[in-house]
Amino acid sequence: MNYEAVIGLEVHVQIRTRTKVFSRVAAGYGQPPNTLTDPVVLALPGTLPVMNKAALDAVIKAGLLLGCEIAPVCKWDRKNYFYPDSPKNYQISQYDQPICAGGSVEIELPGPARNVMGEHQRIPLTRIHLEEDVGKLNHFAADSLVDYNRAGTPLMEIVSEPALHSAEEAFAYLTSLRATMVYGGISDCDMEKGQLRCDANISIRPVGETKLGTKVELKNLNSISFVRDGIAHEIKRQLAVLERGGTLVQETRDYDGQTGTSQSLRSKEMAHDYRYFPDPDLMPVKVDETWKARLRGECPELPFDKQRRFADRYQLPYTLTSVLVWDRELADYFEATVQLTGREKAQAVANWIVNYFLRECGEKRLTAAALGVVITPAHAAELIQLVDSGQILSNAVATVSAGMFSTHEKPQAIAAREGLAGRTDAGELEQWCRDAIAANAKALAEFLAGKDSAINAFKGPVMKAAKGRADPKQVDATLRRLLAGQQTGR
Amino acid sequence: MASAPQLNIDHVAHLARLALSPEEKARYAQQLGDVLHHIEQLGKVDVTGVEPTAHAFPLVNVWAEDTPRPGLTAEAALRNAPAQRDHMVVVPKVVE
Amino acid sequence: MADPISLKSIAELGALLEAKAISAVELAQAVIARTQAVEGRVHAFNSRDESGALAAAAASDARRAAGQARGPLDGIPVGLKDVIAAAGQPLTASSRMLANFVSPYDATVTARLKEAGAVLWGRLNCDEFAMGSSTENSAFGPTANPWDLARVPGGSSGGSAAALAAGEACATLGSDTGGSIRQPAALCGVVGLKPTYGLVSRYGLIAFASSLDQIGPFARTVEDAATVLGAIAGHDPLDSTSFHAEVPDYRAELKRRTGPWRLGIPKEYFGEGLDPAVGAAVEQAIAYYRAQGCEIKPVSLPHTPYCLDTYYIIATAEASSNLARFDGVRYGHRSKFATDAVDLYFKSRAEGFGAEVKRRIILGTYVLSSGYYDAYYLRAQKVRTLIRQDFLNAYREVDALLTPTSPVPAFKLGEKSDPLALYLCDIYTIGVNLAGLPAVSVPCGFTPGGLPIGLQLIGQPFQEANLLAIAQAYERGHDWVLRRPALD
Ligand SMILES: [Mg+2]
Ligand SMILES: [Zn+2]
Repeated sequence: MNYEAVIGLEVHVQIRTRTKVFSRVAAGYGQPPNTLTDPVVLALPGTLPVMNKAALDAVIKAGLLLGCEIAPVCKWDRKNYFYPDSPKNYQISQYDQPICAGGSVEIELPGPARNVMGEHQRIPLTRIHLEEDVGKLNHFAADSLVDYNRAGTPLMEIVSEPALHSAEEAFAYLTSLRATMVYGGISDCDMEKGQLRCDANISIRPVGETKLGTKVELKNLNSISFVRDGIAHEIKRQLAVLERGGTLVQETRDYDGQTGTSQSLRSKEMAHDYRYFPDPDLMPVKVDETWKARLRGECPELPFDKQRRFADRYQLPYTLTSVLVWDRELADYFEATVQLTGREKAQAVANWIVNYFLRECGEKRLTAAALGVVITPAHAAELIQLVDSGQILSNAVATVSAGMFSTHEKPQAIAAREGLAGRTDAGELEQWCRDAIAANAKALAEFLAGKDSAINAFKGPVMKAAKGRADPKQVDATLRRLLAGQQTGR
Repeated sequence: MASAPQLNIDHVAHLARLALSPEEKARYAQQLGDVLHHIEQLGKVDVTGVEPTAHAFPLVNVWAEDTPRPGLTAEAALRNAPAQRDHMVVVPKVVE
Repeated sequence: MADPISLKSIAELGALLEAKAISAVELAQAVIARTQAVEGRVHAFNSRDESGALAAAAASDARRAAGQARGPLDGIPVGLKDVIAAAGQPLTASSRMLANFVSPYDATVTARLKEAGAVLWGRLNCDEFAMGSSTENSAFGPTANPWDLARVPGGSSGGSAAALAAGEACATLGSDTGGSIRQPAALCGVVGLKPTYGLVSRYGLIAFASSLDQIGPFARTVEDAATVLGAIAGHDPLDSTSFHAEVPDYRAELKRRTGPWRLGIPKEYFGEGLDPAVGAAVEQAIAYYRAQGCEIKPVSLPHTPYCLDTYYIIATAEASSNLARFDGVRYGHRSKFATDAVDLYFKSRAEGFGAEVKRRIILGTYVLSSGYYDAYYLRAQKVRTLIRQDFLNAYREVDALLTPTSPVPAFKLGEKSDPLALYLCDIYTIGVNLAGLPAVSVPCGFTPGGLPIGLQLIGQPFQEANLLAIAQAYERGHDWVLRRPALD
């Protein structure tokens, strides 16, 4: 029998705000334990929550970016359950009236090859709501320690429809969702810091069946790769159970990314009964058109839309757009530079960014924005124009770029200082070629014996002598002319 | 209205995280049975089309700007903690 | 016989302080001395901070000497019910759960009283977590009614009422979720005001039922109640349910607002279970108002029979969630016998909470549990709408409603052991909380046995100035507030 997997993802995204969602003590990561608390966060007797406007803005913005319907009115509910990381022993969340409903995440599936665009799909969302994060438990052999720094951090829960069918789709979904959140300035989505957390509901069913199979919830998928691996592992596990003639049980499983295995979590004594009810300490939120319009004005173009526009407007190939668009700052840098060079130089700009600029970002561990301050779009544009006008040769670009990164000077100044500006004259070039042939009798013999590739052995010394001012085509032509003379001269 | 309320005292005490002695269970079950019986009469009220009142004087959009204020130091935060270590609250082993 | 100094009204004391006839330190010393003399019999306090009070009084004297006195409360000793947070002070809710808890922060009302120069004096006993009508549910023992030490002072703010009646403070704050200010005020012969929901910040008040709780003053006179209300009322950004209501100078308004008024008499509040002496006293109060030219109108609040059930569903449901935070983890009682974190909850809560608190947590947990929400909580919230509508309908014809505060005067300690019987003490007060309205209890006579009786006046939302003026019109025609219990 053929089976298909049905997967729904529940993603929790920490919203980047200065203060917590229901009190005004600072939110943050990596601070000494219990230094980001106040009476409200600790749920001291008598304390009351007050909504954070910025957290609401962020969720509405996320909803607008993902095409959700923004509820005209939403409210707050208490989700009651006891756990040592939950100071009030209830979580303020949204039950039956979330801020956002519907919407979708656009994903790109892997293409037939790395440099070929894959199929695009839209994965429908059920809802997005706002809630508060809990503290952090550190487990030891005999006891546990609780740090409440994280407690009360605004947390957005994004729930997809059960509309994903493979680990690859889930991977693509998270990649796209994360980029959208980062683009919108909503979250940094650093999974290592727990800023994006994912649970997956996975079931399988015979192809053609419409009813959902027995659902298994997979938890602790704490990197995007672990999400992919964990889901793939779980689908395989479920198939194996069914093929063995076994039956699946509804359960929660914990996936260990290090070992690639999962194990059932002992079900928490009794079924959950969260006793949701409207939080009497908070008032509802009413979202009007003005509010939405303001946030719509702050919504950036999303990566896939940008990719389509870059391909269309700048005629860039997929290999370049797929690199440029995923970092908003990089894409902005590209466009700022193209503004200065003119649209017809877009591909040269993109090539330079992908081949030099990005490599430098990686090596220096700088963001595109940070590096863009050192090498301004104006400097980058000047470099592209120097090449284009023939003032420096393309093989000098590496040297000039390196200079720009280290000295922050204008490319023209670097080219002049390094003697890279302009071209060598023909007489000088012919002499370097003669010297190179004379210095390598072995290669000469091989070439004359008919091994054409032996010519490359002469090129290195010539280019080196020319310090980048020699045009490789001209070097090749000169060498061939001189070598032909050697042949006829024999 | 739920017909003839049956208070499963074990289940409810579990949800409420209260350890009750057998005597307490028996007493509460009986007393709350009386109260629930009394409460039954709410079922007589016709509430068709009536909106629930969550707040006597409802407001909307009560919020604060995202501006930090000083919180508690770790020492102050833990001053009332029954047990602490390394600036954290100690709890007995958490069994999943 | 002249009152001891601590039994004078804030208005009188203000004049004495102003004239430098007494100092705030002398006043504080008098209150401390009086407390030392009677507290052994009354047990109104859970804890007292004599040196803190004397220091605050000395600071008040210094301000006054410098010409910087802050108004009518500067130097006045005010006690707080032990569910209201004050920085550096114990906060127990009269529960074993919080026996050792010290609050690191001030409630908004506490901060405002300090700002007004009041001398904060002691933590007043109450029913545990404000759950009860007799103050017998305190983990630290009951408070006695100063008028008859064998009787209860009412509750849950029994300590706040008794301390005032006994001259152990010059004003006190209580909290009122279903009558917990008005009923003890009635039983102890003092004025008790429950403000409109949202007028006084709840920040720093240990929550019992968030949508019903409200802090309010106990005072010797209506004018004093107006003074204290003026200091604590007004919008607070730390309480999202706090209203942007105008806060007039309530004392000044008392002089301006002279009536006559239209008073409604809800027939449902004069039925079975009403003590004859109480009924007679309230009938005389009605006659008095009529004689003063007020229009007296019979009105009906037809959903009154459902108030008690609606109240117990909403209050216990909210309480079951509000009290979940008391788990022995970050603060509060921690069981020594827990084997793991889950066990810690069960045992700490079982050991830390008293019987009535457990009973209400169980009821509240039950009504919210899976499958029952619609039948209980949601339905109660709908009936609440109807109850509220009853009041608003009545206010189309009248300025205020007049009822007994409590169906019975102070009963004997230990007399009411059946929870349901005790819940019936609140039948005249809980509708006000469900509707969010302001109401005041003023002394309106004594039973033949010498127990105080209270008259309840229920006002229109945020019309405390009117309500207090109506109450004062009665108070001025009687000398009930001048009578003192025989404690000496
Ligand atoms: Mg907890
Ligand atoms: Zn969640």
